[in-house]
Amino acid sequence: MAPFEYVRTEDVAGAVAMVSADPGASFLAGGTTHLDLLLKDAVIASNRLVDITRLPLRGIARVDDTLRIGALTTMEELAADPLVTERLPLVREALLASASTQIRNMATIGGNLLQRTRCRYFRDRNVAACNKRAPGSGCAAVAHVARMHAILGASEHCIALHASDLCVPLVALDAVVHVQGAARLRTVPLTELYVLPGARPDVENVLEHGELITQVEVPLLPPGARSGYLKVRDRASYEFALTSAAAALVLDRGTIASARLALGGVGTIPWRAHEAEAVLTGAPATVTTFRAAAEAAIHDPFIVPGTAFKVELAKRTMVRILETVSGVKP
Amino acid sequence: MTIDVVVNSTARRLTLDCAVTLLDALREHLGLVGTKKGCDQGACGACTVLLDGKRVLSCLTLAAQCDGRTVTTIEGLATDGELHPVQAAFLRHDGFQCGYCTAGQIMSAVALLEEGRTGSDAEIREFMSGNLCRCGAYPNIVAAIREVAAARRA
Repeated sequence: MAPFEYVRTEDVAGAVAMVSADPGASFLAGGTTHLDLLLKDAVIASNRLVDITRLPLRGIARVDDTLRIGALTTMEELAADPLVTERLPLVREALLASASTQIRNMATIGGNLLQRTRCRYFRDRNVAACNKRAPGSGCAAVAHVARMHAILGASEHCIALHASDLCVPLVALDAVVHVQGAARLRTVPLTELYVLPGARPDVENVLEHGELITQVEVPLLPPGARSGYLKVRDRASYEFALTSAAAALVLDRGTIASARLALGGVGTIPWRAHEAEAVLTGAPATVTTFRAAAEAAIHDPFIVPGTAFKVELAKRTMVRILETVSGVKP
Repeated sequence: MTIDVVVNSTARRLTLDCAVTLLDALREHLGLVGTKKGCDQGACGACTVLLDGKRVLSCLTLAAQCDGRTVTTIEGLATDGELHPVQAAFLRHDGFQCGYCTAGQIMSAVALLEEGRTGSDAEIREFMSGNLCRCGAYPNIVAAIREVAAARRA
């Protein structure tokens, strides 16, 4: 690890200016990914950490039918919010299925959105081939042991998974991210924040260096909507997803009036299942409909031997969460 | 850099490199070796301490980030020579074998009780899942926590 400087600032504009002006600087929030990669794995470098944890970007407020979440709100704080429990159960369930309480007390919502992949090859500096770490060097995961990897939005260039649980319901809900840069404020729909890896897996999102997520805006589900999150993993708790799904349905006498569905554990980015939503909307809430939606969601997967099981597992995960949310029994 | 931090009710001033983790600051700079370094990478929970009353992983926290804040470690639980009820319950129930994860388990359990997540064995297990015990003392750890929770409710 190369030496770095630590600075703390208490105003947002100052923090943004500091990082924007210095290509080697980076923001430090909860640190659960950043310090791991910087201090322990030594696969990223930063000559200056700008600690933003004391910026006034913490807290949750309701504005009309939207929840406005300060980017430095912790995962535990968001999970404990009464309105999240009441109107966004899929968000609460995804949060509580994430990491451990210790990590959820540290990790922030903004940081969760920008967490880096858990791909073991990315995190091992002794592995030469990683297009995400060293563009053009290849992808060790494609040719070697892979399991916790992506099958959607993936290619021979990169199969690194976006491992966030929280982002799965947030893309399903059309969350919007507020971003502050040195020169401008802007909003970005979460579904447009991430960039598919293509031939440049090192480019993960549309943010410019120095831009800071200040707030996440989440539309509340309509009263009467039913929602939930299902996470399938190798052990019962404290583990990343093999597959997961977030679903929200509005039912009208056995018909699906509206549907929101997104997938985790399978995408190089949090995966909104628009094709599945199209199958669900207007259809009868039956297991046959759910299976048809699941089939539509997984098309053209890029699989390697270690990830082939995810195709069927992801479909069954979708069917199961749709059964649970709708109350329709197989 | 210099930081001021309250550790186990005592104000401490530390001069250290900004890359030093809270875990190393406790162990190497303050001689508080009760907090254990297991994976040193956020996967095992052995380094769990309370920061401003909340349980966190000291291996993934910079000491610099704790400037002006309050830290409680396993050494800070006993009062006037009396073990904390969770410590006593771990002894009674044999909630350990090798003991390496124990400080982290106990700090986590103390926080768990404050969080009110002891309604059932399943809830205790779920919200203690960030603390691994490779000896497999889990049944006894759950029993110790269950007993303290029941005593508090009584």
